[in-house]
Amino acid sequence: MTDLLAILATESFWAATLRIATPLIFGVMGALLCERAGVLNLGVEGIFVAGAMAGWLAVWLGAGLAGGVLAALAVGALFGALHATLTVPLGLSQHVSGLAVTLLATSAAYFTYRTALPDVTSPPRVEPFRPLRPEWLTDIPFIGPVMGAQTALTWAALALAPLIWLLLNRTALGLAIRAVGDNPDAVDAQGLSVHRLRFGAVVAGSALMGLGGAFLTLSAFDAFFFGMVNGRGWICIALVIFASWRPGKALLGAILFGAFDAFQLRAQTQLGGLAPSQLFLMAPYVLSILALTLASRRADYPRALLKPWFKGQR
Amino acid sequence: MAPSAPVALRLQGLTKRFGEAVAVDDVSLTLARGEMLALLGENGAGKTTLMNMLFGRYAPDAGRVRVADCEGVLRDLPPGQPQAALAAGVGMVHQHFALAENLTGFENILLGAEPLFALRRGRRAARARLEALMARTGLAAPLDEPAARLGVGERQRIEILKALWCDARILVLDEPTAVLAPQEAEALFMLLRGMARDGLSVIFISHKLPEVLGHADRIAVLRGGRLVGVRAAAEADAASLSALMMGAEPPPAPKAGPGRPGAPALRLVAARVDHAEPRRRLAPCSLTVRRGEIVGVAGVSGSGQAALAALASGLARPDAGSVELFGAQVARFTAAAFVAAGVGRIPEDRHREGVVGAMSAAENLVIERLDAPEVSRGGFLRRGAIAAAAARVLKAHDVRGPGPAAPARLMSGGNIQKLILARVLEAGPRLILANQPTRGLDVGAAAAVSARLIAARDGGAGVLLISEDLDEVLALSDRVVTMHAGRLTEAGAPAELDRGRLGRMMTGDDMGAGMAAGAGAAA
Amino acid sequence: MIRIEPRAAPAVGVARAAPLLAALAALALAAIPLSLAGADVAAAYALMAQGAAGSLFALSETLTRATPLILTGLAAAVAFRAKLWNIGAEGQLYLGALAAVAVGTGAVAAPVWLLAPMVMAAGAAAGGLAMAGPAWLKARLGVDEVVTTLLMNFVILLFVQMMLEGPLQDPMGMGWPQSEPVVAEAELPKLLDRMRLHAGLIVGLVAAALMHVLLSRTTAGFRIRAVGENPDAARHAGVPVGRVMVGVGALSGALAGLAGAGEVAGLKGYLTADISPGFGYAGVVVAMLAGLSPLGVVAAALFVAAVFVGADSMSRALGVSSYLADLIVAMALICVLVGGFLARFRVRLA
Repeated sequence: MTDLLAILATESFWAATLRIATPLIFGVMGALLCERAGVLNLGVEGIFVAGAMAGWLAVWLGAGLAGGVLAALAVGALFGALHATLTVPLGLSQHVSGLAVTLLATSAAYFTYRTALPDVTSPPRVEPFRPLRPEWLTDIPFIGPVMGAQTALTWAALALAPLIWLLLNRTALGLAIRAVGDNPDAVDAQGLSVHRLRFGAVVAGSALMGLGGAFLTLSAFDAFFFGMVNGRGWICIALVIFASWRPGKALLGAILFGAFDAFQLRAQTQLGGLAPSQLFLMAPYVLSILALTLASRRADYPRALLKPWFKGQR
Repeated sequence: MAPSAPVALRLQGLTKRFGEAVAVDDVSLTLARGEMLALLGENGAGKTTLMNMLFGRYAPDAGRVRVADCEGVLRDLPPGQPQAALAAGVGMVHQHFALAENLTGFENILLGAEPLFALRRGRRAARARLEALMARTGLAAPLDEPAARLGVGERQRIEILKALWCDARILVLDEPTAVLAPQEAEALFMLLRGMARDGLSVIFISHKLPEVLGHADRIAVLRGGRLVGVRAAAEADAASLSALMMGAEPPPAPKAGPGRPGAPALRLVAARVDHAEPRRRLAPCSLTVRRGEIVGVAGVSGSGQAALAALASGLARPDAGSVELFGAQVARFTAAAFVAAGVGRIPEDRHREGVVGAMSAAENLVIERLDAPEVSRGGFLRRGAIAAAAARVLKAHDVRGPGPAAPARLMSGGNIQKLILARVLEAGPRLILANQPTRGLDVGAAAAVSARLIAARDGGAGVLLISEDLDEVLALSDRVVTMHAGRLTEAGAPAELDRGRLGRMMTGDDMGAGMAAGAGAAA
Repeated sequence: MIRIEPRAAPAVGVARAAPLLAALAALALAAIPLSLAGADVAAAYALMAQGAAGSLFALSETLTRATPLILTGLAAAVAFRAKLWNIGAEGQLYLGALAAVAVGTGAVAAPVWLLAPMVMAAGAAAGGLAMAGPAWLKARLGVDEVVTTLLMNFVILLFVQMMLEGPLQDPMGMGWPQSEPVVAEAELPKLLDRMRLHAGLIVGLVAAALMHVLLSRTTAGFRIRAVGENPDAARHAGVPVGRVMVGVGALSGALAGLAGAGEVAGLKGYLTADISPGFGYAGVVVAMLAGLSPLGVVAAALFVAAVFVGADSMSRALGVSSYLADLIVAMALICVLVGGFLARFRVRLA
């Protein structure tokens, strides 16, 4: 038992926590942005896959890491634009459209990968992001080694949460996004375009999801595998509800989740023989369901979430 | 108003169609600076549609809107662009307030008034300017509460501030007094008159003759989408306006003879409902509705009527106290149990709660008693019997529409209400909960619904009538109670009541004044 | 400028034709990835048609593929009719398969004639239980069922793997994570000689007919539709919305569970952790293509199955990735969504 608790004090545990949390932070912030504007985006799972594939492919084709990041952002935005087109001006079911985007993005990524590399058995590797270790950081105890193990993408993810908070709570654009997710008529009455705001939020949020996917192939690993996303997108959707649509709580939720996952991985090696590995692997999903159940009673849904809006309709 | 005042707004030949229906037909109208113009008409006369075209929410199918700029030169507004209307100085306060409830009053006012992509600056200066505006106009409202927590009057003032904040020179208010108690309405008109004196042009939509005659400079009357007359308020009278508004002779309002109260149908004994939202709370309430009488509940919207209706229809259970139906204490608070006990319910929102729009009229007629032998046998629907009954019932209740097999959603609001009433009455109820039974209906449909309710009462049913339309409550009820902030106050028989005191009771100024009068009847 | 206006009444013609047009559009759109992959597009289409329906064997394969899709499609269609977003058919299918194996490998003694029905019933019960939980959470606590059912898919798959490496592992399986085969008496009979087509298809067709009757002819179906179309009005009219939700959830899960049991008892004979190539998720597409009509589900399942079988066969001949089938199915879903939009709205250029 003390051995298990000792895990919590290790630097490698916290380093792993942040590493696991990074794609979730991108995904949860992206999903939060979409939902705050009134659009549920179940495309996140597929956009993760597409972002992971596109980022990796761009680097493999020689575009460099910056090119990979741009490719992932662009692919995310592209699928976001598809989802936004279906759900905002056309007002179609956000549930079904989101699932369609997930199916399309996933199969498009897999098809492209197989078409680009028809005969490979072991996935080709690329040179991934290296950890950032600025001079001033290395001297700080504990935090130094923990953050010193992180790449630029994790730093970016950690900076993203306060940025999204600032956007939503301290800018005129954020005010309009919050309003359009609550009462689109209010936004329309003030002469702002409901559709443009929602479209923009979905595209931007989806681009962030794409980046979250790219983290998997360009930082956490150095290659693309089938099934590597493995439900992370759905966990982001759960985390947004758990966080009551607040960026700060969402960041906290993602890190808690990362900590839990990192802990179960280490506990699994320590307690290996005692229980089947699947029980440990199950834990994050079960935890998400539990968290969702506990959060649902006080869930404060954006009032216009899932509701399409048409101009001048009575 | 001086006839020489410069023109602020000119509407020319505005026309708008929705599908086949012409909502507004070739309307031309002029508004002067500093003028208060009332737009009078029945529900469905096209008032709101006309104003939505002025404000750019709808693009007109024909005609143009011209607004005076700062120099007084009339300029065309591009159609269908609220932004352009706002920029030209047109502000609108919608009947259903357009506030984002998760934002504070201040944020709602700033929404859209700042450039979107600038980082937020000058909030403090904006705040100071807004407070100056509030002081100048007398429009007081809490600025830092989320809109969800504001009362209707406060929301309305935020809406007006929102319009003035964008430098509105023309202010349009859609049925501004519909949600206000009489005294609040008076106060609103005082404020508007003051602002008009400072040069604001005001258009307010109404279908209430007294407030139109009392507060407008001129009155424009719409009927069936056409402008049928414009009168100076000083020269108009209620009878001529009413004739203009209704067209031919107005249908006689159903005159209710006295009821013959019998055994108690519904009895609330110190029943209390708790709810997170103050507007859905009920303070401990005692009320008796007897068979053969109509008890009218008057009150401004959001005074606890929803909680009362939920109790009387089995959708909520009291957190304290008890509910008795026909002398027996209710143990199971489910809608099904109440229907089985003989309670007919006309819900407040007929589209959301009254019918399943995607299902047929015939299906909507049987939805409350699916297990009745004439509807199903062994779990299987008797489709032939259902269709035959539907054809008969729709005919008997004069429900018109595309037929019993067509989705209910394709029917007009009035016919949907008649459908719901048919469902209620066909079950032979001993108690009817009628929640806003004629809201939004045209005169003919409203009269038909009222007449049916009176007939049901005369047939021995008790009726609990909840309405925000004070005239309706006074016309139909045998006894009136008022609601304010979740409290019921017995007021008495309509003949003994004057509107001023009722108004004070509805705003809580006269709490308990009616207690003595009504105590006997309530027991 | 483009203007979108709602139609007063849905265009029935467009609504009826939408699924067919969507399917054709998706097939046509497949030309893009095919040519990007450098394949001879015409030859690819010919090979797909040949592979899906060009021979008795091909037809049998397509029908075999369609069997679980009919059941998962029904699972989604019934749930969606009540606006219960069950995206967990994949997990329910696996749990159904697991229960089928648990009962069918001889653990339970039963008369021979009863064994196959018991295996199927066990699968249905397990699937039903798996969905009743999220439906109850949704009805009682307002927990979003989309997320819970999606996450349950992963939990259940891991649980199945755990069982296959643990108590249910085949001792004769040389360490592979697979179950013992079900006993011969528990197997569903084959429908054609030397073909894989099995009686699961009959189960699917009967289930489709039953669901059609349930939804259109019974009071239970009436309540399901009312809850789906307008839960507020249904509650107000005395329909027990929560109980209907849980009931629909159990029914939907049971249909998905039947799909899993059918795959085990009719096709594979034993359970592995890759028994379903996404039948549960494809069920959502099938249901949407069918416009949530139970009889339409049969046709939609045949289409989706034909795409998968045809693409597999084409892929073997031309070397184009068989993920093409997933692409076509995803595009069909998007096309049918747009088709539904065109039935409800008129798009005008003004």
